Parts: sequence; C-alpha cells; structure tokens
Amino acid sequence: MKKNTDLTRREFIKGAAGIAGATVLASCGLSGDALEAFLQKHFKELSNDEKAEILKRIEDECKAKYGKEVAVVGTPAEEGVLFAYALDISRCIGCRRCVYGCCEENNQSRDPQIHWITVLEMDKSEGVNLEKANSYYEVDKVPQPDKFYFPVACQQCENPPCVKVCPVKATWKEPDGIVVVDYNWCIGCRCCITACPYGARHFNWAEPKIPTDELNPSMHYLGNRPRMKGCVEKCTFCIQRTRGEEKKYPKCVEVCPVGARKFGNLLDPSSEIRYILANKRVFIFKEELNTRPKFFYYYGL
Amino acid sequence: MIKFIRNFINFIIASMRMIAKGNIAYYCWLILLLILILQGGFAYLHQFEKGLIVTNMRDQVSWAFYIGNFTFLVGVAAAAVMLVIPAYVYNWGPIKEIVVYGELLAVAAISMCLGFVLVDMGRPDRFWHLTPIIGIMNFPSSLLAWDAIVLNIYLLVNLTVVTNILYSLFMKKHYNHKIVLPLVIFSIPMAVSIHTVTAFLYNGMAARPYWNSAILAPRFLASAFCSGPAILLILFQVLRKTTSFRIKDEAIHKVAELMAYAMFINLFLFFAEVFKEYYSNTQHIVYMNYLFFGLNGKMSPIAIWGWLSVLFGVIAFLIFLFPKTRKNFVAMNIGCVMIYTSVYIEKGIALIIPGYTPTVLGEIYEYFPSIHELRISAAIFGVGFLLFTLMIKVSNSLLFEELSIETIKNREQ
Repeated sequence: MKKNTDLTRREFIKGAAGIAGATVLASCGLSGDALEAFLQKHFKELSNDEKAEILKRIEDECKAKYGKEVAVVGTPAEEGVLFAYALDISRCIGCRRCVYGCCEENNQSRDPQIHWITVLEMDKSEGVNLEKANSYYEVDKVPQPDKFYFPVACQQCENPPCVKVCPVKATWKEPDGIVVVDYNWCIGCRCCITACPYGARHFNWAEPKIPTDELNPSMHYLGNRPRMKGCVEKCTFCIQRTRGEEKKYPKCVEVCPVGARKFGNLLDPSSEIRYILANKRVFIFKEELNTRPKFFYYYGL
Repeated sequence: MIKFIRNFINFIIASMRMIAKGNIAYYCWLILLLILILQGGFAYLHQFEKGLIVTNMRDQVSWAFYIGNFTFLVGVAAAAVMLVIPAYVYNWGPIKEIVVYGELLAVAAISMCLGFVLVDMGRPDRFWHLTPIIGIMNFPSSLLAWDAIVLNIYLLVNLTVVTNILYSLFMKKHYNHKIVLPLVIFSIPMAVSIHTVTAFLYNGMAARPYWNSAILAPRFLASAFCSGPAILLILFQVLRKTTSFRIKDEAIHKVAELMAYAMFINLFLFFAEVFKEYYSNTQHIVYMNYLFFGLNGKMSPIAIWGWLSVLFGVIAFLIFLFPKTRKNFVAMNIGCVMIYTSVYIEKGIALIIPGYTPTVLGEIYEYFPSIHELRISAAIFGVGFLLFTLMIKVSNSLLFEELSIETIKNREQ
C-alpha cells in the first residue's frame, strides 16, 4: 500500500517538476527537441513507446546535424548470453588497426580525439609494468623486436567500480554483461573516469566532431550514436553489432590482422572464448582490485 | 502567525538596509568583489559554450583545481565546529558570542563548495538528475550522492541556526533553545561527516592507490581543523579593526591552542603516510615520488608546492606549539597564513594531482590550471566573500550596533 502512494507522489512531483521546467525553458526560447532532450527520463524508466519516440528524435537530430539518414536501435540483451573477450598478447603487433577501426565504427570524436582502445608498448624484459609502458609509440615502426604490445579497453567488469560511483545511475551493467552509459542521463561529474582502473572511460571535453562521410549510420542508443559535449563514453563491445539478428563480431575483432582478438558467449560451452579459457594460459588485468573483468589476456603461442 | 511574518519581513528589510549602508571602504570592497564575480561569469559563459576543454583537465587528470577548491572549502565549513564545541558543549563564554561567525563562515564555504561542484559538471543543465525524488540518486552506493545530501543538510542546519539567532537578536529575545541547541549539537557530527564523506569520495577509488589509504579521512579532518580556524582568527582580527565587531584576546588564544593540537595530529598522520610509502617501497610509491621529486629523472612541476606545504605546516606547528609565540599576535598571524597556505596547497594540489599522476595506465600528464579555471575559481571565491561580507554586516549591526525591532520602531516614530 505504502509503496503505491509513494509512487504516485513521485510521479506527481515529477510531472509537476516537468511542467515547471517546461515553462521555464519555453520562456527562455527553448522548445521542441531540445526541451524533450532536457526533460528526458532515465533510459531504464522509459516505456517502449517512449523509447521509440526518443530513438526517432535522435535519428532526426543526426539527420539535421550530419545530413545523413541514420538508424538508431535500442536492441535489448538476449537471454542466455554473457559476452566475453580474449586477447592474445603473443600475437598482437601493436599496429593500432583496432584503435582506428573502433573509432570509425563507434563514431568517436576526431577532434578532440577520443580513442576507446589504448595500445601500450612494453619492454619484454619488464613484463606487464605500467611504469615502463608507452602508448605514444610510432605505429609505422612496429613491432619492435624487444617490445610487446598490450591493448587496453573497457574490461566489462562483473564488479564494475565505475557503476558503483555514478551518483545518478547513468551507467550500469546490462544482463549480457556490457557496461553501458545513458549519454542523455550522464551529468559529467567524471567520478567513473576516476574510479576506472583501466583508463577505459572518456569524457567529451568539447562538442565531438565527426566528418559526415565517416559517420557510421548504424547506431545503438547505448552504443555508437553520436555523443554530446560533457558526457562520458566507453567501449560497449560494439553493442550495435553484437546484439540482434546478425551477431557480428566487434569491429576490433574483425579488423585485427593477426587474429589476436577473440569474442564470444561465456555461457555457451562450445564458444571459442570457452575453449581459450579451458586450454590457454589466461590472466586478467589488475586482478587484485577484484573488478572481475570479462576481458581475458592470454598467451596463444 | 501573521505577526511573526510581519516581524520577519521587518527583519529582512532592516537587514537589507544595513547591507546597503556603509563607508567608502565597504563600497570599494563590494565593487571589487562584483568585478571579480563578473569577470569569472564571462569566463564561465565561455566554458558553458565550449565545454570543459577550456580547462586543462583531460581524461588523464579528470578532476583538478575546481574539485581541489571544493575539497578545501568543505574542510573550512567543517571547521566551524571548532568554535561550536567549546561554546555550546563546554559553555565557554568568550567564544559563545562569536560562534555565529563560525556558522556564517560555514554557510559561505558550503555555498562556494556547491559552486565549485556546479562549474566542474560537464552537464550543469542536468543538475536535476541529482535531486532527490525528481532525479535518480545512486544512494547509498555513490559517495558523490552522499556528499550532495550531507552538504545540503549541513547548509540547511547552519542557515536555520544562524537565521534563528540573528532574528532573535533583532527581536531582542533570547533565541529559541528548543530549536537552536539540538541543531547546534547536530551540526557537530554533521561537520565531521561532510568532510569524512568528501574524503571517502577519494578514498573509495581503489583504482588510485594514492588515495586508497585508511587515514585519508582522519587526515582530512585534522587538516581542516588547522586551516578553518586559521581563517577565522585572521578574520576576527580584521573585523575587530575595521568594524564594530568585538572579540576577547582570550577567545583567540583558546582557538589557537586547539589549533596546535590539530596541527600535531595533522603532521603525525602525514608522517605515518610517508613512513608507510617509503619503508615498504612498493610500486605505489610513484605517486608520492611525483609529488615531492619527479619521475623518470624529470623534476615534477608540483614538487616545489609539495615541499612548501610540508615546510609551512612544520613552521606553523612550531609557532603554535609554544605559548609564547602563539600568544604573540604577529607570530600567530604568520603561523595562521602559513598553515592556511599549507593546507590549501595540500588539498588543491598535493591531494588530487598525484592521485592521477601517473595515470592508471602509467602515463604522466602535467597538469596546471588554465586561465579559465583560475578566473572562474576567483569568481566563486568572490561570491563566497560577498555572501560572507553581507551576512557579517547584518550580524555586526545586530550584535554590536544595537540594531533591533525597537530601534526601527523608534525611528519610525
């Protein structure tokens, strides 16, 4: 009983605040899409109809901004799927094709430059030692004989510290294990950037710029749709590719020239990822932090 | 009820009149503050339009000068209890009449804190997401959600107490014990909790070993109990010289003595931290090395600040340790400026920058505040000083210049 009255009150206050906000904004000369975006609810609180409306609005915004037809979907997680990733450090040559492929696939800002994948060059004699790591190496001189390469992106933790610290629940772990951000709910406080032990989260310090002809028109609401200034973004295992009918691999897996990157369903015993876990020497990055990554590094050779 | 409303309106009008009246120096001070606020307002408009790219923060160092100031000012606000405890708990007379100034400082400091959080937000237009009921708070998991709650409660508590005391003075009545006393007592654990929660905000980030130390929150409290009273002591002397404000030397010496204890604990905790890092000499030492020396054979740009903070902290402690120097006003004031500077550097630079340097992937990004960050921060301090000045103007008139409902009525007749 109590819960019901609470909900009604909450709804009422929300409604009242909405009307008040609308009045203020309307008087400031803001209207239409900008107003709707301002008042938009948290993604998880939206009904299917509201979701459809918002996806349509974002498509229209993209068309207006880039002059290009785009499709934005909100495909939910599939049951019985828990995505995981494996990366063979003995194969990686540090060519950064994954970095650039990811950037194009996921509509990352070109200026200021945002890269979801960072490839670290490390000394073979040092092992995985971040103090000796260098991510600004020259890509046309790889692979160096005394170096190995260690790509880092979101580790899609089972126990994600970034989700824990977000003050407004703008980031969460989906049922298929992908940690996503509602770019329209993020307030830009950057707690999650500070909490992430992998440097996997990136902030839009300015309005992102993407050349129209390079814009990837196949988009997901929680994935690669263009972001706005002032919100945080991160790798989503290419949610727009890996979810849905086609079941494509993430772009980085597809473009890797040496086959160092593997991806699959952790809950499927016949998946390649399960084969690697069962047969290779696997480790996870910063295991002492108990983040429980679903991103595994291994030595394939 | 209607009578109360009428009286309260009278109180507000009388306060407004007091604020408007003043000598040349007062007006010059206000104009100076307004200029400070205005120039920062323009800088903020620019930041609002372009984004936080106008700061020197980047993904590598994603919190910096704004949040450093925020952290420092939370400490200042918390330190108001340094006056409240002796005044109310031990009923120590000489401090009691000036305790309201500590609370006014707390109100001004919290207002500045909220200002710094607001300018640090990437999407200030979405502030309502963080509001209880209409937004969604990630409570109790997110420490920033906790911080938003405790800071606002502390602000409300202090505003209520201050308004109640000042209004009672205006009405020539004794303030309402049933409301004020419980709130004042409540404000003591609240003061501790605002700074503890702020410390936990950093402390809980296991990804940043520099902050992941159990004595971070105790260090926050100890340093706040040094810097907050230092500001108050200087302020009290300035006010005593320039306004009708009165305070006994006795009260100043008492606060100075309490500061000496706080300074000792502050230095001891720092020493404990240094011992742990350098004796165990693990990889986690890089952050403290970056603060005091530098990495990869390159001197760090903040090393000089790191040393200055420690040096000033030690000298100030020595000044405050000996009653002879502590009771000498020149020496004490030098000590106050030194400890203030020491803690300001410690919170503004030494706490945050090494926490991010090197980054979680080992990169070194050399941060120094941009001109926009400095201008906007100056404006927020301007707002805080302005608030504080105006509030002091009112409380001075009520406490020391015989302003009350009666004087107003007399004037009308």
